Amino acid sequence: MAKLPKPEELGKVDYIPPMTPWMETPVEFKPGTFCNAAKEKSLAGLDMPNARKWSVKDDDWQLPENWQEIIMEGLRDRLDKYRSLRLFMDICVRCGACADKCHFFIGTGDPKNMPVLRAELLRSVYRNDFTTAGKIFGKFAGARKLTIDVLKEWWYYFFQCTECRRCSVFCPYGIDTAEITIIGRELLNLLGLNIDWIMGPASACYNKGNHLGLEPHTFKSSIEFFLDDLKDITGINIEPSFNRKGAEILFVTPSGDVFADPGTYTCMGYLMLFHELGLDYTWSTYASEGGNFGFFTSFEAAKKLNYKIYAEAKRLGVKYIIGGECGHMWRLLNQYMDTWNGPADFLEVPVSPITGTRFENTKSTKMVHIAEFTADLIRHGKLNLDPSRNDHLNVTFHDSCNTSRGMGILEEPRYIINKVCKNFYEMPENTIREKTFCCGSGSGLNASENMEMRMKAGLPRANAVKYVRDQHNVNMLANICAIDRAALTALMTYWVPDVTVAGVHELLGNALVMKGEKKRITDLRGEPLPGVEED
Amino acid sequence: MSEIEVAGKTYELDEDGFLVDPEEWNMDIAKYFAEVEEIEMTEAHWEVVNFLRDYFKQFNIAPMIKILVKEIGKKMGPDKGNTKYLYQLYPSGPAKQACKIAGLPKPTGCV
Repeated sequence: MAKLPKPEELGKVDYIPPMTPWMETPVEFKPGTFCNAAKEKSLAGLDMPNARKWSVKDDDWQLPENWQEIIMEGLRDRLDKYRSLRLFMDICVRCGACADKCHFFIGTGDPKNMPVLRAELLRSVYRNDFTTAGKIFGKFAGARKLTIDVLKEWWYYFFQCTECRRCSVFCPYGIDTAEITIIGRELLNLLGLNIDWIMGPASACYNKGNHLGLEPHTFKSSIEFFLDDLKDITGINIEPSFNRKGAEILFVTPSGDVFADPGTYTCMGYLMLFHELGLDYTWSTYASEGGNFGFFTSFEAAKKLNYKIYAEAKRLGVKYIIGGECGHMWRLLNQYMDTWNGPADFLEVPVSPITGTRFENTKSTKMVHIAEFTADLIRHGKLNLDPSRNDHLNVTFHDSCNTSRGMGILEEPRYIINKVCKNFYEMPENTIREKTFCCGSGSGLNASENMEMRMKAGLPRANAVKYVRDQHNVNMLANICAIDRAALTALMTYWVPDVTVAGVHELLGNALVMKGEKKRITDLRGEPLPGVEED
Repeated sequence: MSEIEVAGKTYELDEDGFLVDPEEWNMDIAKYFAEVEEIEMTEAHWEVVNFLRDYFKQFNIAPMIKILVKEIGKKMGPDKGNTKYLYQLYPSGPAKQACKIAGLPKPTGCV
């Protein structure tokens, strides 16, 4: 694996563009800045085209002979199907408002990471084959032919965009570059050109129920492991149910919460909360994934993986679904699920059994976000909270790209944090809420072989965290996304080592005073609570 | 993707140098990986590898790091039940080095 440069070196970003025009500047596949090729097994697992052994480092990517034809046909289909794509191809005036808004551009200084130029990689081919001006004037009209080098350039830069949509906030035309990346990746997938960090999880999810490939007994045993820890910490026996027919609520969260620290502590927070409420809910070992790496592959793949959430809700006969702390899961639920796999007319509009609040905003999907659910509980005074248990933490909040820009969850997590912690500080205004900076590893790019690029792309986010650490001694970066919990941990270790990362429901779990609990002497991580002594 | 030959048998490795088919694992290939990772295997090292193998047989995935920590604590004594101890054995990280030697695939997703 490529050696990761030191932060002092990576922090020096050169913004001087290359001397050559962009069409004549070749791509350098530098180890550490791209992900490994999708394995044959992963491609075959989701029935993707051109499943074969290949490597990015090889000259020959083992493409079918008529690959150009496949791409052109694919592009034509999508131009017909999505009017947004044709619009985005046609209307950009190259004003440059997006240019310096992308975390990849800020972190690399590479002009092809300006959203306008990333889109231009595809747009130039569109012009060449689908517009009159391009057909006649060629290069003078900004058109170019699709060659193998162009294809490889697409691959490098479409897997160097996290589909975070920060650029689209600043575009005067509202061009959504994430959608261009999405289509770019779809086209590449027609040739079997995915990365394994996406294809592996997507295939595992299709075949085993979740990205990590946790089989039912493994999934259950992981949660039981947390229950043992919770028994030690709180003295309380928690007994959740799995695959239980007739439960009122199905709970779905990303499988990272059930496997990887610090998401596991967030998961412990959910378990404590639901137990304390006496909620009539069930986990599922079939719909055991909230996230959807199919979305980073193609809409078809995403639809296939998303299907099982409703299928399981129907099979179990629940009334509605609560979803955990995940990023892109919510963009899909909020913007696509109803069209793909709805209508969910066999479910009811979610009503909190504790407060009676009817979540009208979820009436099409019947799926409520746990931050909304919990904020509502606190608002109605239904939880007994002791924020002093989080007194050792100075907290800031990272808005996940998908929950903030994709569905507008801005206030609820902040409301919860302010009720469970006493010391909360915001990062600078242009780095939060709708203008939040991406973790740098989203949309399936959180592979370890890609670490140099992840650290570059995460630089703007890390820089804002460093600011609040220096100003307010912030030592905890809270968030509501499983990729964030994994990616920001690596990012902080690299750029701001004294800041740790937690899900909001971990902080809630620490502060939650449970009926019949023993005196808490540690937090959920087993660390001693400051100022508390064992009796 | 590459192939290597160890003690007369050919094995396929992925791009991170991990064994592609965990079923092919044996002591020869384990010792080969240990050499590549520059780890001198002691009884304590094998204890970790053996636990990983057993867990994988039962659950088809590498264990969570905290399960590994707890189990090693149980087996080797409470002073060994921490990540620091595991990093002493496997300086580049137990997930990377111990799993590689044990022939386990790397978990992928939001991790």
